[in-house]
Amino acid sequence: MSFIFDYYNYWIVVFLMMAGFYIVISANNLVKKIVGLNIFQTSVFMLYISMGKVTGGTAPIVVEGVTQYSNPLPHVLILTAIVVGVATTAVGLSLIVRIKQAYGTVEENEFENKDDAI
Amino acid sequence: MLEQHLAALPIILPLIAAPIALILGRTVLSWGFATLVSGLAFILSWQLLSAALSEGVISYAVGGWAPPWGIELRVDAANAFVLLAVTAISTLVLVYSKESIEKEVKVANHALFYTAHLLCLAGLSGILITGDAFNLFVFLEISSLATYTLVSLASDRRCLTAAFRYLVMGTIGATFILIGVGLLYMKTGTLNMMDLAVRIDAYDSSRTINTGLAFIMVGVSIKLALFPLHMWLPPAYTHAPSAVTAFLASTATKVAVYVMIRFIFTVFGIDHVFVDMGMGLILMVLAVVAIFKCSYMATVQSNVKTILAYSSVAQIGYMILGLSLVSVAGLMASMIHIFNHALMKGALFMAVGAVFYRVGSVDIKAFAGLGRKMPLTMAAFTIAGLSIIGVPLTAGFVSKWYLVTAALEQGNWIVAALVLIGSLFAIIYIGRVLEAAYFQKLPESRKSENIKEVSWLMLVPMWVIVIANIYFGIDTSLTTEAASSASEWLFQTNNMLENSALENNVSEANVQEVSS
Amino acid sequence: MAEFIDLVLLAMLALTALRIIFLKDLFAVVMLFGIYSFLSALIFVNLDAVDVAFTEASVGAGISTVLMLVTLAMTGRKEKQSTHSTLLPLFVVLVTGAALIYGTLDMPPFGHPDNPVHQHVAPRYIEESPKEVGLPNMVTSVLASYRGFDTLGETVVVFSALIGVLSLLGVRRKKKKDLESGLETHSVLHVVSKIIIPLVILFALYVQFHGDFGPGGGFQAGVIAAAAFILYALVLGLPKAFAVVGPKFLQWMASFGVLLYASVGLYSMYKGGHFLDYNKLAADPIAGQHYGIIIIELGVGITVFAVMLNIFYAFGSQAERSNVQ
Repeated sequence: MSFIFDYYNYWIVVFLMMAGFYIVISANNLVKKIVGLNIFQTSVFMLYISMGKVTGGTAPIVVEGVTQYSNPLPHVLILTAIVVGVATTAVGLSLIVRIKQAYGTVEENEFENKDDAI
Repeated sequence: MLEQHLAALPIILPLIAAPIALILGRTVLSWGFATLVSGLAFILSWQLLSAALSEGVISYAVGGWAPPWGIELRVDAANAFVLLAVTAISTLVLVYSKESIEKEVKVANHALFYTAHLLCLAGLSGILITGDAFNLFVFLEISSLATYTLVSLASDRRCLTAAFRYLVMGTIGATFILIGVGLLYMKTGTLNMMDLAVRIDAYDSSRTINTGLAFIMVGVSIKLALFPLHMWLPPAYTHAPSAVTAFLASTATKVAVYVMIRFIFTVFGIDHVFVDMGMGLILMVLAVVAIFKCSYMATVQSNVKTILAYSSVAQIGYMILGLSLVSVAGLMASMIHIFNHALMKGALFMAVGAVFYRVGSVDIKAFAGLGRKMPLTMAAFTIAGLSIIGVPLTAGFVSKWYLVTAALEQGNWIVAALVLIGSLFAIIYIGRVLEAAYFQKLPESRKSENIKEVSWLMLVPMWVIVIANIYFGIDTSLTTEAASSASEWLFQTNNMLENSALENNVSEANVQEVSS
Repeated sequence: MAEFIDLVLLAMLALTALRIIFLKDLFAVVMLFGIYSFLSALIFVNLDAVDVAFTEASVGAGISTVLMLVTLAMTGRKEKQSTHSTLLPLFVVLVTGAALIYGTLDMPPFGHPDNPVHQHVAPRYIEESPKEVGLPNMVTSVLASYRGFDTLGETVVVFSALIGVLSLLGVRRKKKKDLESGLETHSVLHVVSKIIIPLVILFALYVQFHGDFGPGGGFQAGVIAAAAFILYALVLGLPKAFAVVGPKFLQWMASFGVLLYASVGLYSMYKGGHFLDYNKLAADPIAGQHYGIIIIELGVGITVFAVMLNIFYAFGSQAERSNVQ
C-alpha cells in the first residue's frame, strides 16, 4: 500500500505525458499537434515539480518560524521550461498560419497528395 | 581580462550581438556586423583550443557561484575542437550568405536572418561549452528555435512544412532530453555534469538512471538525425535557403554528436553505457544501417540538395560507428570526422547554393553542362565530392583511414569492410552530379540564359573550405593532435569507473596505437 | 489532505487529456487545453510551486490559449478524420510509457524529505540564499543569481521566438481606415476595459518589483502587462493599439531588454568578477546582488512584454487580413 502511495503521483504524470505524446504523433490537424506538444511538456513540468515537494513543507519563501521548505530548484528549472514552451508554441503556430495560406489546409493527410510533406 | 573570460566569451559575444543586429536593421549593416562578430568568435575559439590543449580543462563559474550550485562552463580539447569548426564554418557561411540570401530571402527579412544566424551560433556554442545538463537544454532550444526560423525563411512554400516537421520532432527530442535530465536529477540531486558523473557511479544499476540514459540518448538521437529518427533532416536541408543548409549541415548535427559523446563518456561512463546497457551494439547496428540505407537513398534522388542531405545522414552513421567501437582510436576517428565532414558538406552545399544562384534550380538536370559555364564552382564541388568519397589527399580520406584502422585494431574486419563498401555509394551519388556537369551538354533551351560564374564574394569562402579539405588531407597534425588529445581526455575522465574487462580493451588499443 | 487534493486534480487532468484525444472540434480542444493548464497550475500550488503556478496560469492558460484561438480563427475549427493507422503511434507511446513506468520503480518515494533531490545542492539554496543573496523568495534568488545564466538563456529564447514569428508573419500597419477592427459598437466593453487596463498594468508593476519577496518577477509581470495591451487591442482594434506602442518600437524594446540583462554581466566582468557576478556590482555584496537582480528582472520583464505583445500584433494583423479576404 505504501508502495502505491509513494508512486501514484508519478504514474498518473506518466499517463498524462503519454496522452500528450500520443496526441502529437497521431493528430491529423497541425493545431492539435501543437496542443499535444503543450500537454506533453506541461506534464513533464509536473514530474519536476512532484520531485521538489517535501511532505509538510511550504513554498520556498522565507517565513518566520518555518524550517521545512520545498525544494526551489525544480521550480526555477520549470519556470525556464515554461517560457521555452510558449516560445516554441508561438513559432509553431505562426508556421501553421503560413502553411494554411500556402497550401489551403492544415490537415496532415491532405498534404501527401500535393507535396509529400510533414 | 580576456584570458580570464575566454571560456564564456564565445557564447556571450553572439548572444549580445543578436539583438544589436536586429536594431541595425539594414541588410548590409547587419551582415557586416554578424560576420565581424562570428569572425571574432572564431579567433576566440582558436585561442580557447590552444589554451585547452596546453592547460587541459578550463572551468568558468558563471555568476561567481561555484559548481554545482551555479552554472559551470567547462572547456576541454574535445569541445574546443568542435567549437573551432562551428565558428569557422559560421564565419565563412556568413561571408557567402550576403549574395545567396539576396536571391533567396525577402529583403524585409534580411536583418532577421542575420539575427537568427547569430542566435543559432550562440546556442550551438552554449551547447558545446556548458557543463550543466539543464543549461544545455536551454541553449539547445535557443539554437533550435533559431534553426526553425532559418529553415522557414526560404521562398519555396515547402520550407514551411519542412520547418514544421523539424519543429515537432525537435521539440519531442528536447522534451525527451528534459525528461532524462529530470530523472537523473531526481536520483542524484545535481545538474552539473561532472558532479552527475561522480554520483551516478553510486547507483550503477538503478532503473531510474537507466531510463534517464535511454531518454537522453533517444532525444539526442533525434537532434543528430540518427537513423531511424532522421525523417526531419532531408526535407529541412532540401528546402532551407542554401546558406542555411550549408551552415546547419556542417554544424548543428555535429554539435548533437558531441552532446552524445559527452553524455556517454563524461556523464554516464563507458562502462555503464556499453557494458551494462549494451548500447554499443545498438549504436553500431543503427550506424551501419544508416550508412547503407541513406547512402542508397542518396543515389536515387533527383534534387542535389536532397542527395547531399541523405549523404549527411549516412555520414553521421560513420561518426556514431566510430564511437560505438569504444576505443581511443574509434573515438578519435569520430572526432576527426566531425571536423572533416563539416568541411566537406560546407563546401558542397555552398557550391550547390552557387548553382541555385545562377540557374535557379538544384535539380540534377539543371547541372547539365555547368562544368564549362561555372568552372570554379564545379571544381569546388568536385574536390569536396572526392573528399566525401574518401579519395587520398583529401580530408575525407583521413577520416576513413582512422575509422578503418580503429575497426581493424579490434580485429573487426566486418565493420572495416562495411565502411569501405559504403564509400562506393558515395562514388555513385557524387558521380551522377559530376556526370551531368561535365559530360552532358547544356540544353538548347538554356543557351540563351546568361549562366556565368558567381562573384568572388561567394567563391572565396567556398574555396577557403575546399582548400581546407585538401590541407587537412595532407597535413593532419592539427586535426589528429586535437582529436587524439580530446579522445584521450574523454577516456581519462572515464577512468574512475572502468572495470577490468574494459580496461584491457582500452589499454590494448593504446599499445597498438603506440606500436603503429 | 494535500495528497487527496492532488489525487482529485490529477484525475481531472487525466479526464481532460483523454477528452482532448478524441475530440474533433478544435475550439473545444483549445478550451480544454486552457482548462488543463489551469488545473496543472492548481497542482503546482498544491505542490508548493507558487511561482511556477503563476507562470503556468498566465502563459499556458493565457498567452498560449489566446494564440491558439487566433490561429483557429484562420485555419478552421474542425479536425478531419485521419487516414493513418493509429497502431504505430499507439505502439510508440506504449513502449515509451512502459520505459517510464519501469524508471519510476526505483524512484525516491514522493515527498520524503531525505530524497537525494533535497540533500545535495538544494540545502544551500534554502539555508544560505537568504544570507548570500538577501532575498526571502528563494526561487527568485536561484533564478536570478545562482542560475542567472539559464535565465539569460530563457530571455534569449523569448527573443528568438519573436525573430521567428516576425520573419514568418510580419506586422503590417493597415492602410485602409474603414476596415472593421476591434469591437467598436460595444460601449459597455469600452468602459469596462478602460477601467480594468490601468489596474492590470498597476498589478504588473507590483508583480515586477515584488518578485523578490513573494511569487512573481520579470517574466510574469511582462506577460501580465502584455495582457493589458492585448485587451486594449482586442476592444479598440489594432490600429489604436499601434498608436500607443508600435511594432517597430516593440522590436527595439525586446532587444533592449536582452541587452540590459547582458550589460549587467558585462559590467560585473569589467569590475573584475565573472559574468553575471552581482557581488561585484556594489561595495557590499548583498547590495550588489540586490541591484543586479532588480536590473535583470527589469530586462526580463521588458523583453517578455515586448515580445508577447508583438507576437499578438503579428497574429492579430494576419487574422484581420484573412477576415478582409
